[in-house]
Amino acid sequence: MRGNPEAHELVAPGTLSGVLSMLANEPGKWTPIAGGTELMVAHAAGRLSARCLVSLWGIRDMRFIRAEPDSIAVGAGSTFSDLRNHQAISAEFPLLAKAASWIGSVANQSRATLGGNLANGSPAADSSPALLAYDAQLELISARGTRRVPYAEFHTGYKHNVMAADELLYAVHLPRRFGQHRQYLRKVGTRRAMAISKVALAGCALVEQGTVREIRIGAASIAAYPTRLYRTEDSISGQVLAPETLRAARVSALSEVQPIDDIRSTAEYRRIVIANLLEEFLRSLTGAGGQQ
Amino acid sequence: MSTSAKTRIVGSSVPRKEGVDKLMGRARYVDDIERDGMWHGATVRSSIPRGIIRSIEFDPRIDWGEFAVVTAADVPGENHIQLIFADQPCLADGQVNHCEEAIALLAHPNKQKLREAVAAVRIDYEPLPAVFTIEESERQDVIVWGEDNIFKSFLLEKGNVDQAWTGAAHVIEGEYRTGAQEHLYIENNGMIAEYNSAHGVTVWGSLQCPYYVHKSLMAVFGLPEEKVRVIQTETGGAFGGKEDFPSVLGSHAALLAMKAGRPVKMIYDRMEDLAATPKRHPSRIRHRTAVDANGMLLAMDIEVATDGGAYSTLSSTVLSRATLHSPGPYVCPNVRVRSRAWATNTVPYGAFRGFGAPQAIFAIERHMDEIAAGIGMDPIELRRRNFLQDGTTTATEQVMREHVIMDKLLDRALTESNYYARKTQFAQENPASAIKRGIGIAAFFHGSGFTGSGERNLNSLAGVDVTSEGKVRVLVSSTEFGQGTNTILTQIASEAIGLDIGDVVMALPDTGIVPNSGPTVASRTSMVVGKLIQRAGTQLVSMLHDKAGLEESFTRAEFFAACERYRAKLGDVVSLCRYEPPPNIFWDDQKYRGEAYPAYAWSIHVAQVAVDTITYSTEVEDFWAVQEVGRVLNPVLAGGQIEGGVAQGIGYALYEKVVWQNGRMANNQMTNYIMPTAEDVPPIHVLFEEIPFMHGGFGAKGIGELPHDGPAPAILNAIKDATGVSFCSIPLMPEDILAKLVVASSIEVAATV
Amino acid sequence: MNPSWPSINLRVNGEHHSLNLPPMKRLLDVLREDLHLTGTKEGCGEGECGSCSVRMDGELVNSCMVPVLQAQDACVETVEGLACDAELHPLQKAFLEFGGAQCGICTPGMLMAASHLLAHNPTPNIAEIRDGLAGNLCRCTGFIRIFDSVIATIASNAKSQQERNAR
Repeated sequence: MRGNPEAHELVAPGTLSGVLSMLANEPGKWTPIAGGTELMVAHAAGRLSARCLVSLWGIRDMRFIRAEPDSIAVGAGSTFSDLRNHQAISAEFPLLAKAASWIGSVANQSRATLGGNLANGSPAADSSPALLAYDAQLELISARGTRRVPYAEFHTGYKHNVMAADELLYAVHLPRRFGQHRQYLRKVGTRRAMAISKVALAGCALVEQGTVREIRIGAASIAAYPTRLYRTEDSISGQVLAPETLRAARVSALSEVQPIDDIRSTAEYRRIVIANLLEEFLRSLTGAGGQQ
Repeated sequence: MSTSAKTRIVGSSVPRKEGVDKLMGRARYVDDIERDGMWHGATVRSSIPRGIIRSIEFDPRIDWGEFAVVTAADVPGENHIQLIFADQPCLADGQVNHCEEAIALLAHPNKQKLREAVAAVRIDYEPLPAVFTIEESERQDVIVWGEDNIFKSFLLEKGNVDQAWTGAAHVIEGEYRTGAQEHLYIENNGMIAEYNSAHGVTVWGSLQCPYYVHKSLMAVFGLPEEKVRVIQTETGGAFGGKEDFPSVLGSHAALLAMKAGRPVKMIYDRMEDLAATPKRHPSRIRHRTAVDANGMLLAMDIEVATDGGAYSTLSSTVLSRATLHSPGPYVCPNVRVRSRAWATNTVPYGAFRGFGAPQAIFAIERHMDEIAAGIGMDPIELRRRNFLQDGTTTATEQVMREHVIMDKLLDRALTESNYYARKTQFAQENPASAIKRGIGIAAFFHGSGFTGSGERNLNSLAGVDVTSEGKVRVLVSSTEFGQGTNTILTQIASEAIGLDIGDVVMALPDTGIVPNSGPTVASRTSMVVGKLIQRAGTQLVSMLHDKAGLEESFTRAEFFAACERYRAKLGDVVSLCRYEPPPNIFWDDQKYRGEAYPAYAWSIHVAQVAVDTITYSTEVEDFWAVQEVGRVLNPVLAGGQIEGGVAQGIGYALYEKVVWQNGRMANNQMTNYIMPTAEDVPPIHVLFEEIPFMHGGFGAKGIGELPHDGPAPAILNAIKDATGVSFCSIPLMPEDILAKLVVASSIEVAATV
Repeated sequence: MNPSWPSINLRVNGEHHSLNLPPMKRLLDVLREDLHLTGTKEGCGEGECGSCSVRMDGELVNSCMVPVLQAQDACVETVEGLACDAELHPLQKAFLEFGGAQCGICTPGMLMAASHLLAHNPTPNIAEIRDGLAGNLCRCTGFIRIFDSVIATIASNAKSQQERNAR
């Protein structure tokens, strides 16, 4: 334990409004901490720079999964155990349920929250590719009110996002319109469990008579933050799933991703494998059956 | 007692002796122990790989009067930790030779203040050029150790290799490399020490070899043996990683205790343990092999090079075992092994399960598949034709006097794994699949006990005594760290004496109580120490028979009554036995010839793998381990040893990579040093054949290290079967497979240009 | 008593504790240092090894990752609470018989993960067992005998259930 517990303040107002008024009164002073699976690692390593923390753990207003007519709303305080075990999520957003089951271990899933995963903004965030593929909307909240942003526009740089100092992530809205879509998610980690992704790709596509009518591709660990592969999507959208489409998509993906070498893998590996995953996804669209 | 006689307790799965304490959470590991007035200790370490220490500055903003501070100048005895040579300082004095080398020690009652103080010690260096690889060390343009960077070299010769090449039908060459491997025991290194001038030094800690630490402390403090006491606490995994390093940490804690005048505890956290403590020696092994038209080995010319790190520690003995295992379990009339351990500026490499053998076996067993491919022969058949047999000789001309059953082990492994059927099936399925499956084997032996004259030099002493509370105590310095020492030695004692397992306990592993039964290493405990306990038990019964009227056959009550009669008449009831080498053992340390090991354990591993050509990752899907380890003393524990060793071997082959940056481990976190999880290990089928060895405890030979030798070559041979590509280096990461694999996809070529 | 620190109420293995603690102190350290429950171990300090696994309000958590303030009013179960008086828990019995523990350092966390798994899913298949234990690293056993121990517990639990039903 390299951190000093006595050097940090932690408070737990217990309500969403309590947290929001703290953030409003002293913007930038308080760092929210939910399940602690990121910040407590930094704390143990003596790298936790935040001196004042406000706990989001146990705030009921933030931990919900609600089915609405057009979307499912997932409270930012929902844990990955909640997601993994939720019937509607498993049925309609299987990629998200699958991503949740791949995060860390049971003991991490019981603490790590969806909001924490997104707000932390790791380039390797496990829930991100699926949310990008599902065209998720984020609902931000502050004492000033709420606003919505497409998740695809949430991250703005390495560990940077559009949230203001007084804002919290409140909910993730998943549009309920993918019943006819083919869906794909694959995480390539350092091992089968307890792995940080070396690269991950999610895809969601509507295919009619062999033509791709709509497609979204989300990827992790290929840039400074999780992102959609827009140019690659464009190269596929409206096209017939012929070999030349696959080839063009690969070429596009290889040029669109900008991975790096780090202690977990190499840029070269990440580039090639993301192209391979993309091809696997596209090939699955040509065959029978739905999600991989 | 004959080794094959029917036994009551030996051979049965008696539950782990200390198991209930561990399962209840009440077993006391070193970090669970507090001493009155105890302070905490920490280490100031080198931040550069090599350089002169110009100055050590203590930031005046810290009140150093609150701290105990130790530097090299405070060492009362000799400032070195000597395992074989006296080259490693206990604390750096004037120069550092690797990153994370200990320079100063601090103690304080408050852990947080201690951490701030460590950061407030500034070392000013004059950097010196450093070397980080075997190749850089071999060039000898920078000399970092001795006169030539060589810790040790060996030359082993049998027959005449140079004359064998011309007559050979085939000559096959290969180069094989293995990486550093971290033990990753789940309990980090830790020690508590106390010092006072009247009683000297007492150290409690997580360790394998109490008398190694004892010897180091005697030298560092200049104290006689009775003023040094070392007590092993419950130890949460070791695997060789707590063979040499506890001498360093024990000395550090004791120096701080002396300076502070109070008990001091030093517990490494994971990042420090990973960055600063030894790992398995990296190796580069080259083979050149002459084979005749029938696949018979004619000559093996082998060059072994290991990276020993900055100080010699155990590199010479690791190199010795690598040398002796490098020709594998095969007969060859002409063998030459030239081996060298090289100095580099990294943390010294140390003991790790297998001790040089996994490196050597990886090379020869990968090479055997390369030979088979080169001459167009089934790799199974090639091995079968060349196995050591009864009466044949090894590379050191050791005659196989004990029965060798490699053929039988091989047959059983092939049958159990359904080897040929699977191989055929995969060959049919692979072309149409992105997942390429393959199956591979490794055949190997592992020498039990110390090499050559090692056991004779150790001259171990062990035995039993009887307490006045009516318990037989096993007196050994052999320690329990998960392998089952406590259980098998109490099994042996109770069997030999004729008591129940509950009547026998282990004495505390405390050098103030137990004799030196040698270090707990080298797969020697069951065989060597087990035999001593068996003899001591038998001797105790005949002692009681001769001196205290114990009848031929006796009840438990009669036995302890006889013990009390003996005690009243003659004092303590103790039976100790000293090591006696098996007869006709000859070893020439100069020529490296003779009985390299008193006995060998033998094994065949079969691995089935699936290589995913989309992600280039390899999964081991199924695994068979067939072995002959002499008598199996406790089937559950023995099976656990094999499975655990196989899992570590899988990690060694496919997952566990130490990433180096300028001589420092860059991935010193569990998040980034990847060992297999519960989802990554395949089913492991463990099968034993038993040929009791009469000089081992109730017929046992060594078992602990054997299973680490085979997985890596078996897995890489299976990957070759799956993909057609030979990989000769471990760890084999997906990134490495990508680099060499010709991808089947037609799109790939166009897309990646 | 530090007045700037909160009073933390915890129920650990059924016993109530009220402690004045820095709120960012790790639950792991509170258990080990303040409550002297040293059965819970630290292996990595970063939620990777699972040695510090405990159950908190019925969820499996790594106690190294929980600031104690977030355990306010929680029910915590540790390895020390598994056995009932002197009677070993069925999992402990099975680990003893089937070789599920070797060096023992991962064992407390492994037992908590296994008991959590069986509490939620009394009859997991092997894939579910592997998933349930994947966050607990064991370097000794290769996990095989840990799986065996869990499978044996499932069988013995089913048997005792049958016996109860028969009565």
